Amino acid sequence: MAVMSYIQAVTSALKDEMERDDSVFVLGEDVGKKGGVFKATEGLYDQFGESRVMDTPLTESAIAGVGIGAAMYGKRPVAEMQFADFIMPAVNQIISEASRIRYRSNNDWSCPMVIRAPYGGGVHGALYHSQSVEAVFANQPGLKIVMPSTPHDVKGLLKAAIRDDDPVLFFEHKRAYRLIKGEVPEEDYELPIGKADVKKQGDDITVITYGLGVHFALEAAEKLEEEGISSHILDLRTVYPIDQEAVIEAAKKTGKVLLVTEDNKEGSIMSEVSAIISENCLFDLDSPVQRLAGPDVPSMPYAPTMEKYFMINPDKLENAMRELAEF
Amino acid sequence: MSVEKVEMPQLGESVTEGTISSWLVSAGDQVNKYDPIAEVMTDKVNAEVPSSFSGKITELVASEGDTIEVGGLIAYIEVEGGASEASSGSGDETSSEQGEQPAETSQTDQSMKKRYSPAVLKMAQEHDIDLNQVTGSGKGGRITRKDIEAIVESGEVPQASQEPAQTTSTTEKSTSQATKPSQAPAPSAQTGDVEVPVSGVRKAIAQNMVKSTTEIPHAWMMVEVDVTNLVQLREQKKTEFKQKEGYSLTYFAFFVKAVAQALKEFPELNSMWADDKIIQKKDINLSIAVASDNQLFVPVIKNADDKSVKGIAKDIVELAAKARDGKLTNEDMSGGTFTVNNTGSFGSVQSMGVINHPQAAILQVESIVKRPVYMDGMFGARDMVNLCLSLDHRVLDGLICGQFLQRVKEILENMTEDNTSIY
Repeated sequence: MAVMSYIQAVTSALKDEMERDDSVFVLGEDVGKKGGVFKATEGLYDQFGESRVMDTPLTESAIAGVGIGAAMYGKRPVAEMQFADFIMPAVNQIISEASRIRYRSNNDWSCPMVIRAPYGGGVHGALYHSQSVEAVFANQPGLKIVMPSTPHDVKGLLKAAIRDDDPVLFFEHKRAYRLIKGEVPEEDYELPIGKADVKKQGDDITVITYGLGVHFALEAAEKLEEEGISSHILDLRTVYPIDQEAVIEAAKKTGKVLLVTEDNKEGSIMSEVSAIISENCLFDLDSPVQRLAGPDVPSMPYAPTMEKYFMINPDKLENAMRELAEF
Repeated sequence: MSVEKVEMPQLGESVTEGTISSWLVSAGDQVNKYDPIAEVMTDKVNAEVPSSFSGKITELVASEGDTIEVGGLIAYIEVEGGASEASSGSGDETSSEQGEQPAETSQTDQSMKKRYSPAVLKMAQEHDIDLNQVTGSGKGGRITRKDIEAIVESGEVPQASQEPAQTTSTTEKSTSQATKPSQAPAPSAQTGDVEVPVSGVRKAIAQNMVKSTTEIPHAWMMVEVDVTNLVQLREQKKTEFKQKEGYSLTYFAFFVKAVAQALKEFPELNSMWADDKIIQKKDINLSIAVASDNQLFVPVIKNADDKSVKGIAKDIVELAAKARDGKLTNEDMSGGTFTVNNTGSFGSVQSMGVINHPQAAILQVESIVKRPVYMDGMFGARDMVNLCLSLDHRVLDGLICGQFLQRVKEILENMTEDNTSIY
């Protein structure tokens, strides 16, 4: 087992898959010679050449569109959006074309494409470099949205996404890139898309979250453990479609559920998780389902104080978790 | 100087709480270590609480009549020679601790006590848990799912009584309700009336009587017994007995002996109601009622069927002495299977006893009176006594009780010098 950073796990998965399968190629802004603005594709251009690591113009709709066309022709493109915030020009391609093609063609055509994009706040990135955009895509059947929290999950899930025969949005938390390190197996492995993962067992309260929220929850849980509060933490990993079985099981385990996302609260992934719980777990609930999320304001502010107000952090989780435990 | 806490002592192995029946000291009093500071009652036993420290009582935290858990705070004592913190801030310290302590016992916010989550309601129904009897650990006293899970795991499920109307009188916690089964408001005292606070043994008696009369369907029977022979027997023996043993040979000892003997033949009366079954007790342990001042105790003569008249007389004398001195222990009071009550000692000739829960019957031995009785074709002056039996009609019926009383009567009427040994 090697210890890797979150972003090294991304690079390592891309490299492995490109070595394994010639149809895998990478395209995006500055992914080639520069190796990506976050260095996620570093070294790939030198190893695989410009025909498999393609620098594109600043047109996200074209990055997606080219990828979709190549995928329908049997390639396995991995497109990078430099920031998730910039995915908006490509939404028509992704939703209207990529997600629909198998259904529209009655299974004649498919679109085995991955679109990677760094998302998330807490990096002083302000409006265009901090957003969480998953909710925009989270009611489009035909799409899958993967948002891993650890290097181990990143590598296993990115490989699974590339090998998947349908389009997958792969959102990587940019603050986690160099903050989160962890052990990653040497050998080839794949993690199932659509399966959540219990990151910590506990029996007082349940926290369901994903991405960086998982690490905040684990940190808060460790502090609360000293007070005798035991937290059960479920990492969704795939936010669309949601692993309903795991959500129901985790909610029933303690009957006190806190849902955490750094996205704006209303209409977030957690709104759906909450609905799943209320549909299935009423007679196991011991408290109202709670959500901790960003406020319903347009985007992450730049001023550090305001960014702190907007963004979730371990202290906010700790307070919310304690309050729930005491209820 | 430092301020020390005085806590409710452990007064017996299974004792979890005690009621302060009276304080023997007041705030400001100087006490020595081991001096009695309070009288505490558990079940129906009174005990004195010795002071754990020498010093000055600064504060009586518990009031008379309060029931405090073992280890719970009852008073503060200012002890000489401690750290100097008390002299500078004793006032603050005691007042802040006073603020905390009651809050932990009963004054806490209970606003959420009756707000049940779906999980709690479901589990309570599945396991037939009476939520009124559950203490919640959540915010505002809310009962949490974990509280219920803990109860289910422990197996000690507080169940609702079969008759919901009586649940209040069966729960020990709602003591104030237990003594007032009807919804009518308590009468208020007028000018000149004396108000006697209900506490200590009086309160325990009240609760037990309400429990007995609300739970047990009572029925009554009475037989008349000619004890002329017994009176003669006792007259012959009593002086010699007193000289030899140092205590009196009472009639009551003979009655207890006769009852023990009859119970051996009628174990149905030596039993108790246990909801879905009736338990017939093997041992014959006879509770006897002993009154002293305003208190009533029911100590037990263990294995009365094994004992001679003398042995029973001795037990009665010892238990009565203990009761008068307030020295009865829990052990002395527990395990009774049937009660014999010497109402005759008050001059009563007829009474309807209240059954001592959970026993199935109580026998009242009334006054022995000389009356003209028609027998063998003529009137004669005979010593007559009424025996009054109250029975739990769930357990017993008239037939078996009638047979039992006839047997007691037979034994008593045949107690003569020839066939009755005192030793």
